[in-house]
Amino acid sequence: MAAHLKKRVYEEFTKVVQQQQHEEAPAKKLRLTKPSKSAALHIDLCKATTPTDALQYLLQFARKPVEPESVEGVVRILLEHYYKETDSSVRLKIASLLGLLSKTQGFIPDCIVDDAINTLNNEKSHQVIAQLLDTLLAIGTQLPENQTIRLRLVEVACRHLTDTSFGVRNKCLQLLGCLGSVDKPVSKELESMVLKDVQKIIGDYFNDQDPRVRTAAIKAMLQLHERGMKLQQTIYSQACKLLSDDYEQVRSAAVQMVWVLSQLYPESIVPIPSSNEEIRLVDDAFGKISHMVSDGSWVVRVQAAKLLGSMHQVSAHFLEQTLDKKLMSDLRRKRTAHERAKELYSSGEFSSGRKWADDAPKEKVDTYAVNLIDSGACGAFVHGLEDEMFEVRIAAVEALCTLAQSSSSFAEKCLDFLVDMFNDEIEEVRLQSIHVLRQISNNITLREDQLDTVLAVLEDSSRDIREALHELLCYTNVSTKECIQLALVELLKNLTKYPTDRNSVWKCLKFLGARHPTLVLPLVPELLSTHPYFDTPEPDMDDPAYIAVLVLVFNAAKSCPTMSALFSDHTFRHYAYLRDSLSHLVPPLRLPGRKLVSVSDSSGMASSEESSQQFLRQSLERVYTIQHLEAQGAQELLEFTIRDLQRLGELQPELAGAAEFSATYLRCQLLLMKGLQEKLWNVAAPLYLKQNAMASAAARQILEETYKLEFLYSGLETRQVAIVHHVRLQAKALQLVLNARTSRGVEPLLSICEKFLQEVDAFQRCFVAELTHFQDSFVEKLLELMPRLLACKPLDLVKILQTTLRQSGFLHLRLPEQLHRATATIIEPTGESDNPLRFTSGLVVALDVDATLEHVQDPHNSVKVQVVYPDGQAHIIHPRPGDFRNPGPGRHRLITQVYLSHSAWTEPCQIEVRLLLAYSSSKSRTSILKPAWNESTDGLPATENSIEGTIPFSKSVKVFIMPKPTRR
Amino acid sequence: MPQIQVTPLGAGQDVGRSCILVSIGGKNVMLDCGMHMGYNDDRRFPDFSYITQNSRLTEFLDCVIISHFHLDHCGALPYMSEMVGFDGPIYMTHPTKAICPILLEDYRKITVDKKGETNFFTSQMIKDCMKKVVAVNLHQTVQVDDELEIKAYYAGHVLGAAMFQIKVGLESVVYTGDYNMTPDRHLGAAWIDKCRPDILISESTYATTIRDSKRCRERDFLKKVHETVERGGKVLIPVFALGRAQELCILLETFWDRMNLKAPIYFSTGLTEKANHYYKLFITWTNQKIRKTFVQRNMFEFKHIKAFDRSYADNPGPMVVFATPGMLHAGQSLHIFKKWAGNEKNMVIMPGYCVQGTVGHKILSGQKKLEMEGRQTLEVKMQVEYMSFSAHADAKGIMQLIRMAEPRSVLLVHGEAKKMEFLKQKIEQEFNINCFMPANGETATTVTNPNVPVDIALSLLKREAALGPLPDPKKPRTMHGTLIMKDNSLRLVAPEQALKELGLSEHQLRFTCRVQIQNPQSEQDTLNTIYSHLKSVLKEHSIQHLPDGTVMVESILIKVSAAAEEPSTKTLLVSWSYQDEELGGYLCTLLRKGLPQSTG
Repeated sequence: MAAHLKKRVYEEFTKVVQQQQHEEAPAKKLRLTKPSKSAALHIDLCKATTPTDALQYLLQFARKPVEPESVEGVVRILLEHYYKETDSSVRLKIASLLGLLSKTQGFIPDCIVDDAINTLNNEKSHQVIAQLLDTLLAIGTQLPENQTIRLRLVEVACRHLTDTSFGVRNKCLQLLGCLGSVDKPVSKELESMVLKDVQKIIGDYFNDQDPRVRTAAIKAMLQLHERGMKLQQTIYSQACKLLSDDYEQVRSAAVQMVWVLSQLYPESIVPIPSSNEEIRLVDDAFGKISHMVSDGSWVVRVQAAKLLGSMHQVSAHFLEQTLDKKLMSDLRRKRTAHERAKELYSSGEFSSGRKWADDAPKEKVDTYAVNLIDSGACGAFVHGLEDEMFEVRIAAVEALCTLAQSSSSFAEKCLDFLVDMFNDEIEEVRLQSIHVLRQISNNITLREDQLDTVLAVLEDSSRDIREALHELLCYTNVSTKECIQLALVELLKNLTKYPTDRNSVWKCLKFLGARHPTLVLPLVPELLSTHPYFDTPEPDMDDPAYIAVLVLVFNAAKSCPTMSALFSDHTFRHYAYLRDSLSHLVPPLRLPGRKLVSVSDSSGMASSEESSQQFLRQSLERVYTIQHLEAQGAQELLEFTIRDLQRLGELQPELAGAAEFSATYLRCQLLLMKGLQEKLWNVAAPLYLKQNAMASAAARQILEETYKLEFLYSGLETRQVAIVHHVRLQAKALQLVLNARTSRGVEPLLSICEKFLQEVDAFQRCFVAELTHFQDSFVEKLLELMPRLLACKPLDLVKILQTTLRQSGFLHLRLPEQLHRATATIIEPTGESDNPLRFTSGLVVALDVDATLEHVQDPHNSVKVQVVYPDGQAHIIHPRPGDFRNPGPGRHRLITQVYLSHSAWTEPCQIEVRLLLAYSSSKSRTSILKPAWNESTDGLPATENSIEGTIPFSKSVKVFIMPKPTRR
Repeated sequence: MPQIQVTPLGAGQDVGRSCILVSIGGKNVMLDCGMHMGYNDDRRFPDFSYITQNSRLTEFLDCVIISHFHLDHCGALPYMSEMVGFDGPIYMTHPTKAICPILLEDYRKITVDKKGETNFFTSQMIKDCMKKVVAVNLHQTVQVDDELEIKAYYAGHVLGAAMFQIKVGLESVVYTGDYNMTPDRHLGAAWIDKCRPDILISESTYATTIRDSKRCRERDFLKKVHETVERGGKVLIPVFALGRAQELCILLETFWDRMNLKAPIYFSTGLTEKANHYYKLFITWTNQKIRKTFVQRNMFEFKHIKAFDRSYADNPGPMVVFATPGMLHAGQSLHIFKKWAGNEKNMVIMPGYCVQGTVGHKILSGQKKLEMEGRQTLEVKMQVEYMSFSAHADAKGIMQLIRMAEPRSVLLVHGEAKKMEFLKQKIEQEFNINCFMPANGETATTVTNPNVPVDIALSLLKREAALGPLPDPKKPRTMHGTLIMKDNSLRLVAPEQALKELGLSEHQLRFTCRVQIQNPQSEQDTLNTIYSHLKSVLKEHSIQHLPDGTVMVESILIKVSAAAEEPSTKTLLVSWSYQDEELGGYLCTLLRKGLPQSTG
């Protein structure tokens, strides 16, 4: 019997643990309005006869949230039951429930602190104690202001620190870390209480016998640090000892601890054991963490490698050691391949190469001087970069990057290693190291042999790698003209092997040329294959390789005026052609005998931008005079301004976003104005139809434009969003009025009116803060009349709306600092091909789509591909998240495959491919700004607020396809 | 004193013929049973007569452990088990068990069929021997018998290579076999936990070398191959069938894949095909990359590497050929070499070490004209490259492993004496532990100091734990208790319980001491003075003044009596029990110093 009982207890115990874990996740969402929860619970618990039943009730209870007012009552009932309960699993559940309840928003848990502490004192089960401490922790974190309670809790935790169960000690330490007082008490009454030195108490548990407790102690200490307490330097030696702990989680935490201390006391001096020298603490810590890069556990290795990257204060001497691994062969000093390559380079002799044993070791090593496991940072990165786990390698590459950015001499040194990483077996690592090299490329100049290795990767079959490399080459400095030639040759090879890289290669050569004009100069005759005496045949202008060469030369010529003397006649002609066709790649040149088309040195650029900004401002200001104008004049003014703004946007790419935004806004105003024209409203009833059609079209268009305004532009502030919403509201009002005039009967009108009023209400709630700016506007007037509106009949409402609409003023639009329009350009397919894509109907064909997206927020969810077939069928395809790359801030690249299929056609036809920006108004910015909004609108049906839609934001590309009938 | 004895029968200050005997806790274990490549006579196998003359080994050895499938670690296995005679268990990992017989069979064929030796083990013997093999998994603790247990750790080096921990009671030995601390394209790095063995038996092939990063080597290799292929030349890579061959294959295969190269790569068939099959199977033994991607594609299912046929050698255009044997001394690799040597566009890459006298060694040392059989001379115009792809730990790697395992002493094998000397000195200097390097047949003895586990009564433990702060795990702690040695077991119990169990009654031991002091006051006042004095000095102890005219300090009794003849001389009687010895002694000295002169 006893055995049976025991078994049962264990069974239940295991059950609890599982359920408790999965109970914790949903517990945070506490929002429900069902009264008398406490009473129900009480009845339930009284009904329960066995612990299992009670547990079931508790679990059920935990699924539903409790409103703040009734929390205390529930807690009382739970506690009452707790005292009676003999089964520890039920007590455990109650304890965990107490913790959850105390986290209820709006409930102040200080009233249950005493009870919780009391229960703790009488508890025997270690698990329940641990859970209760967890509850106390939850309570304590809910009451950050209450010093007294915190001190009490800390005291309780200290008392239980001597518990034999690791779980209890863990929780105590956690509590100490989260609640232990960080600063000295301010008020008198607190001073009387014994202030415990939390740091010392926690520090004592660094040597606990249980590794989990040791980890918890270090974590608690780190928590204290995070909360702003200055840790004492004395911990350092303790933390260093823990670095050689047997357990990986302890070591992992200790590495962090050492790092934190090294950041706190970088300059203090610590002695080196076994010698009487002393070094800076940060150097010592750096050495120790470097040591951990060859730890047995890869988790620790990753952590150590990551942290190394953020230790910028370390002295250069130590830093450079991380890349040094003194080679030795048979006790003789050996040079690394890197050193040999460098030597070859500096001696001016290139890769004589294949001498047998040219890497033969040279001088004898003094056996006493060789230190095999250096205590210092020796070779940490060499090990890290060779690690088995790619996580460690990536961490090491990243660390190298940050360190190299702060020290140019280190950047120079780590170059070889980064270049080596280009050959890693995992693409992610290769890509990362290319990116890193790009980031530090300002600090370095590539040698020829290094460039050679870099360029070898150009043949990689992965497009990402190649493009990353092109990007890298854009920023690279090279030292000799041979390097330029080498790069050009390899890039051309790349171009022939992967013709799709055309744009990327051209762009790369543009920067390469602009960066090294003097190195390109001596190469020009060779590159253009000109001859001093003979005329050479004119190269083919359509050859991408020739264009590539020209791009390089022209960009170099920009800052090297003498270069143009070397051009032959056809080069000038080609220049003119390319300047027009590829103006983004070919800069304006000052050529002899030619007038420079546009003066565009930097100062000119700046001034022109300034002036156009001024123009933008002025045009917007001019629009505001509109109120004083006649309808006719106002419309004309708007039309002119819109035209001006659109042209400005085309001319000034920097201001395109702002100009287009304001133009669209003004267009909305113009449409609204047209829709409300007095003439139309005064016409006789039979003419309703015509004017209705016109006005409702205007209203529809305004709605569409407002969605564009809201979702297509990035950088909008709440104020602009509010204005956009305001315009939308106006359009809706217009629609309502039109509806009222056409439809007979009150019934349908009623619901529309109600909906409209709800929208006004929602607007008010969302933009409360902005309402001050809406003086004299439609909304303001509407809100003034709100009480009347709510009461009156639909027809009256319509009348009021009509007058307010027409009386309301024009809202000033103030542009935000940065405003960008989301744009997309489809690079691939180009739409130039005349060869149709043939496939068997009924099967699918994959179409590669490559597009660049700019200023798109969260493209993973919003960007879709639309395919329109000639018969009007349209498909929307959602690209996978992995198809998006992020090459730079604000830029995205979509490389995906679109699957097409159709039934058979008789001849090839064009389909259209375009990109769409999906939006949903429920996810509009307003809800991000006001997270509480969602909760307060449960009265409103959600569907009405969210309008899903798409905005096409790229030019469509036509692709020939030809589905053939199946052969049987 | 208990001790562990290690005797290398082979690989002591030598490379090849690994065979090490370990006696630990009364158990005898043989680690590896290899042959020597350099000899063709009796010396090629370890000298088993060291263990026993003319009788079977079974009764002398508890088990045999094979670390990996290289012949210098397992070549003598059939000879030992079938010809000398051993019926006990032989432990090896699964891949080793799979590949080992292939290599043994190949070795047997070459010696018997080609060289015509007799008195050699037969195919049947290999089969019989393999029947005695017990396969183990990584990190699996195998109980050989009640006391002896072994556990395998990953060692890198080749597929299935393992390090073994041999444990008897609390004494343990770790044998590394061959291992590699830097991961390569198809294998991971060796790893061991902090098992703190008494002896770590480590290989030391590269005791005096610290290698350059493997990336430079790989890059060089790939660049050379790539350049030659682009020029339209042919590349010959002579390899041994297993191990490095797969490494190079993976390297080239991924490179071909990455660079979209089209030139064909061939692998001369034979052994390798069988072995590749096992490489495909034992994915768990490879490195992270292969393990993670094998679901999409098994890296050993080569896309670009095809089987070689003799006729392909004359095909025009670039190609890469892996051919055995590795030293160009015979067979297919030599055959191809002869065909291609005349063209300067071609290249031969020697990925490993070449023995003197072989064609490989000659061309590596720069010879341009080779004499072939039949008085022909062969002019070598092709480029000759040397690339070292070795899978042994270098000096740093060995040190790293020692740091990982934290052994109490190290024993070096599988290396040259001179190089070992250097490493030995380094180990002693940097870890401050003993290091041995016995020659073959020499015995290294380590005295161990194993802990004696004792069962402690739970109540006693709890009582002791409650006394102070939790015990520091790093420091020993003294406690009171009674050790009972009974029925071959040790128990630590509380004294009361021991008394009860043994049926003894408790004796009280009391010390008394008389202290004479001069004090003119009356007895009662003296007592009061003493009371207040002690109260001020011993603040942490409970001091009571009892009504019967005594002062109690904890359990120590102090009485005052005055001699009748001299009233100013007071005799203090101090009495304490044995448990309070410390305090009692202290009190006595304190009282002897006299009381403070009270002014009242």
